Amino acid sequence: MADHKDLSDTDYINEKEEIEEIWLASQWKLIWWKFRRHKLAIFSLCVIILLYILVLFCEFIAPYEPWRRFEDYKNAPPQIINIYSKGSGLQRPFVYGMKQEFNMETFRRTFVKDTTEKYYLHFFVRGDPYKLWGLFPGNIHLFGSEEGPVFLFGTDELGRDLFSRVVYGARISLTIGLVGVFISFLLGIILGGISGYLGGTFDEIIQRTIDFLMSIPSIPLWMALSAAVPRDWPVTRTYFTITIILSIIGWCGLARVVRGKLLSLREEDFTMAARLAGASEWRIITRHLLPSFTSHLIVSITLSIPGMILGETSLSFLGLGLQPPAISWGVLLQDAQQVIAVAHYPWRLIPALFVIITVLTFNFLGDGLRDAADPYAR
Amino acid sequence: MTFFIVRRLLLIIPLFFILSIVSFVIIQLPPGDYLTVYIEQLRRSGALVDEASIARLVKEYGLDQPIYKQYFIWMKNIITQGNFGRSLQWNKPINELIGERLSLSVLLSVLSIILTWFIGIPIGIYSAIRQYSAFDYIFTFFGFIGLSIPSFLLALIIIWLVYSRFGLMITGLFSQAYADAPWTLAKVIDMFKHVWVPVLIIGMSGTAGLIRTMRANLLDELRKQYVIVARAKGLPERKLLFKYPVRIAINPMISTIGWMLPSIFSGETIVSIVLNLPTMGPLFMQALLAQDMYLAGSFVLIISFLTLLGTLISDILLAWIDPRIRYENVGGS
Repeated sequence: MADHKDLSDTDYINEKEEIEEIWLASQWKLIWWKFRRHKLAIFSLCVIILLYILVLFCEFIAPYEPWRRFEDYKNAPPQIINIYSKGSGLQRPFVYGMKQEFNMETFRRTFVKDTTEKYYLHFFVRGDPYKLWGLFPGNIHLFGSEEGPVFLFGTDELGRDLFSRVVYGARISLTIGLVGVFISFLLGIILGGISGYLGGTFDEIIQRTIDFLMSIPSIPLWMALSAAVPRDWPVTRTYFTITIILSIIGWCGLARVVRGKLLSLREEDFTMAARLAGASEWRIITRHLLPSFTSHLIVSITLSIPGMILGETSLSFLGLGLQPPAISWGVLLQDAQQVIAVAHYPWRLIPALFVIITVLTFNFLGDGLRDAADPYAR
Repeated sequence: MTFFIVRRLLLIIPLFFILSIVSFVIIQLPPGDYLTVYIEQLRRSGALVDEASIARLVKEYGLDQPIYKQYFIWMKNIITQGNFGRSLQWNKPINELIGERLSLSVLLSVLSIILTWFIGIPIGIYSAIRQYSAFDYIFTFFGFIGLSIPSFLLALIIIWLVYSRFGLMITGLFSQAYADAPWTLAKVIDMFKHVWVPVLIIGMSGTAGLIRTMRANLLDELRKQYVIVARAKGLPERKLLFKYPVRIAINPMISTIGWMLPSIFSGETIVSIVLNLPTMGPLFMQALLAQDMYLAGSFVLIISFLTLLGTLISDILLAWIDPRIRYENVGGS
């Protein structure tokens, strides 16, 4: 790999760190040192970890069962958490109750704050029963109130708690990116590997296929393919079909990275040395070539996750992806299709905020990783 | 040059062939024969099912024949007569349905690309020559946001903001008075009043990308020695900048038109559905929901073919503008 001369004038090492440490540090250590200087990327990584904690423990974090209807609270606005009230001063966090009023000017029912009622928030409250990961029964939720319902993000027109729904929606929206990228990754690394390592006719065929797939506008193609998914399929089946549809185009970018890297690496001296030493092709690929560009692969993978998430969101938003009662951020955004409804109930756009935060943080993370991926470059 | 163009044109033919197969697969994808679906639809709506018209449809599409023959019938009609078939949902020829909407779609996309360039290149140049200035940071920040917010969400948020602040509906492409009116000068003027919102939304992510590429390209050029030499010789800064570095930095951008097109068409499709524009997007969406597959498949075929043409044009443009490119190699890899 890169010789050690390159290291002497790297500028990313903390002054306090001993120079000797740099000489001994592994590639991954160097990457980590360079990465942690990218503050925005570190922050994004923390946000992403938080989001995936939501995914893991959504049953526990959501205060209610996401399909539970609160008949008296249809289209209720988000409640604000207070810690101060006139008269009683500073106290345990609480939300005010809500009562319905009929607005004579607009002829619509609206909710107003009922300052006489306070619902105090507690941690680890007993509530709707659930099965964590479909395995462990439980009924303890991260927070909640015993006095009355708490809707941090308001409710939808059937009176279902939007906060709980957003938390549950994260499970589908955020994992579809991972599963999709995993499939694309397998396809990309196999086809890109064949293309780059074997070359010749295989290379030509695979490259032309990639050129072709990349020249088709992705959204119309995704829409057409997912429209063919029967509406009455069970959720898991639709989920995997949509993931596969998204991966049809997704693997192209990864295959290009793999091929490009393999093409340049197989000319390197260490490949020749391995071949002369009698290593098998398989060993050369897996032991010598793959580890040298794993960091680049991680970058491309990180940067292709948001595209997958957006693909699912757009399809479900249009009604061509997952169907209710499945919950994903795209499905939740279906409620925001009518401008007039959004004008009355702006909290229906909250899932969009989550989509944007997710995509932004993945992009920042990918950007930071890209800068760190090649610690020997200047 | 001529040889290069002819070669690229010939390459279009096999690609069109593959595209048509993909589109035909899409047409065949939904379960069930589409004529049965159609007859069922007619029955459900209570209309009398006319045996003669069914027989005519069966004959037109060759539905009593094996699938590959159906494909050849479809292709033959498209190539020889430019006839894409009939939409069952609208009971009209597809050409008639698509015509005006398709031209509006293409117009929107082209305007978006032009706008992308008009905004992206000057800002990119500015950001490069005033690197790390306040505006550079602001543009970089907006660039990141622009790249990260998907266009359909941006469209949603913008129509909501405009509606709730000003009570204005910015959906559609024409005022009510002109919506169904025949084309007149007044209608064109009316359209240009409305066209900016969708064009800005569709062009945003492209603009953000373009700013970043232009800035990076120009920064690379500005560090080169010939710039220092020119400056040392006392060339005026403005002349120095536009005579060489900017011209060189723009060249790679022309090739980006090729890969911008698929994303612009993608964006146009979904934004026009959200904004309910009289373009291809909403029609395609309805066709998919109603499983009017010949209409949907034709749309996929046309839009992909247009992308291929656009890529071809950008390649030729690049070869023409950048004399350093050897024609023999451009088509190759």
